[in-house]
Order: sequence, then C-alpha cells, then structure tokens
Amino acid sequence: MVVFKKPEALADVPLHYCPGCTHGIVHRLVAEVIDELGIEGKTIGVAPVGCSVMAYNYFNCDMVEASHGRAPAVATGLKRANPEGHVVFTYQGDGDLASIGMAETVHSAARNENITIIFINNAIYGMTGGQMAPTSLPGQVTQTSPYGRDVKACGYPVKICEMLSELEGPEYLERVAVNNVANVRKAKKAIKKAFENQLNNKGFSLVEVISTCPTNWGMTPQKALEWVDEKMIPYYPLGVYKDRSAESEEK
Amino acid sequence: MAKLSFRTDFCKGCSLCVNACPKNVLAISKDKINAKGHHPVEAVNPDACVGCASCAIMCPDCIITVER
Repeated sequence: MVVFKKPEALADVPLHYCPGCTHGIVHRLVAEVIDELGIEGKTIGVAPVGCSVMAYNYFNCDMVEASHGRAPAVATGLKRANPEGHVVFTYQGDGDLASIGMAETVHSAARNENITIIFINNAIYGMTGGQMAPTSLPGQVTQTSPYGRDVKACGYPVKICEMLSELEGPEYLERVAVNNVANVRKAKKAIKKAFENQLNNKGFSLVEVISTCPTNWGMTPQKALEWVDEKMIPYYPLGVYKDRSAESEEK
Repeated sequence: MAKLSFRTDFCKGCSLCVNACPKNVLAISKDKINAKGHHPVEAVNPDACVGCASCAIMCPDCIITVER
C-alpha cells in the first residue's frame, strides 16, 4: 500500500528552488489539498513575483501570472467573473504580499473577497539576493542591513495575520510553520480549511506559512529549520487569528 | 515491511529527510552524483524503516514514495 507519493496536482518537473527551501513543501501541501478536494479541473492559481514566480510551472491546474503584489486583485477579477465555477488561490511571498502588494492584500481582506491566499513568510527577499523585507526580524542581518535590522531607522516588522484580524472583513486567518513534521501536518489542515471556506462561499481566507530561506539566511537547511523555532515563531506566534464561522457558532 | 523509493535525479541533497527520520534509515550519498550534480539521499539502513513517511513529509522536492 502506498502511504505517500507525489500528488497529482504537482507537475512532474524539478523545482528550481534552492536545496532545503521549504517552498517545495508548501507547493506539495497545496497540491495535496487540490487532489483531496478533487478540484484540479476548476482551480485557478495566481503566481506572484518573487522566488515562487515560476509556480505556474509546478501546479497542474490553470495558472495566471500577476504583476508584483497584484495577485489578490487578479484573483478578485477571476473569482468575480465566475463565482461558482472556479476556485481561485494566490501563492505569494512576503516581498510580494507584505510590501508592494500591501494595498491589494488589505483591501481584498476588507471586502471579504471569496479567495484563498497562501502567504509564505521567510523574513527576507529571496529572489533578489537576500535584502531586508518588511517582515525581517529586528536585528536580523541581511544584505541591506549588514549590522542587523535597526528598528529606529527601518521600523518594525509587519505582522500580517495580527493586522488583518483587526478588520471585520476576513473569514479565516491562520499562521502555521513547516519546520517539522507535526507543523507540516497542521499547515496542511489550515490550507485545506482555507480552500474549503472558498468552496462554502465563506470568504477571504489567508494562511501565513513561516518558511525558510537557507541560502540568504546563510545557514544549512537543517539549521534554518531550527532558526524558525528559535527566532521566527517567538516573534510570529502560530495559531488561528480569525475564524468568523467558528466564532459565530460559539455565540 | 516498508519500502522507500526515490526520484534520485530530483534530489538536491538538502538532508531534511535524513534529519526527519526517527530510525536513521537515510544518509546523503558520499560517492554518487545525480543529474543535477548533487549528492542524492539513499537508504543505508532500509530494514529499519517503519514507513512513517516523516522523510517524505519534510522533502521539499517530493522525491520519496513510501509503501508499506
């Protein structure tokens, strides 16, 4: 009996990501969820700009490439054009979603647009060579903060889930990590719920995945996973930040 | 009896699977080189495998198939 194999929705090509980059794990989780829900034929993904810019090569569903940061706006159009027929998700990094695409992110959440967003937070700009991102931790050494992020000059990191949870719009916000087997399983549950919410017409669902960037963090892949536990998770606590349906059931 | 198979040419030798395995079944090969130029993972202790699939769950490149 096969207990684990490559999901059908993931294309049979080598991923271009660096060795040990957890983008691949999240790609697989999304593909597994698409398989389990049986929605490959009616799913449209929106690829961002960043390391995952070539995500359109890796999913077997239809994909659209958005300009930098505009994936939620493109997804809004796709979903509104065919609200019943299609499942629309975006796959965005922190440079895309939390920096140049902040306006699109916040407003699609405020409108409670019925889309699913997978947000990869690795606290750095990966594709361009490891510059400081809006999500870089205070004191974190990057190409553009060689002495560590100075909060007096550069401000504080943006906590997307906490920020969006203050809005009335979004249906579901959760932060997960993929640094060990247990967390990967939890991440898959969260991603599945985010897709199910869309199928049930509940509205805006965003899953923030704490990810790694071994190359630009300057660590081995294993050390990067440990760094997530030591530094990232204390600053970005995991958990459900908003789940409106569950909240209204309790009342 | 669990069985592991690898899409060896997709392996980047990151060793996340090696560290995830609770039974020390896997190791990065010291002498083999795959099509991408990496030292791929191999099962050095396959009889100890219990088929928990922890390695496959942590593999970013989805190269491992687990049967049991």
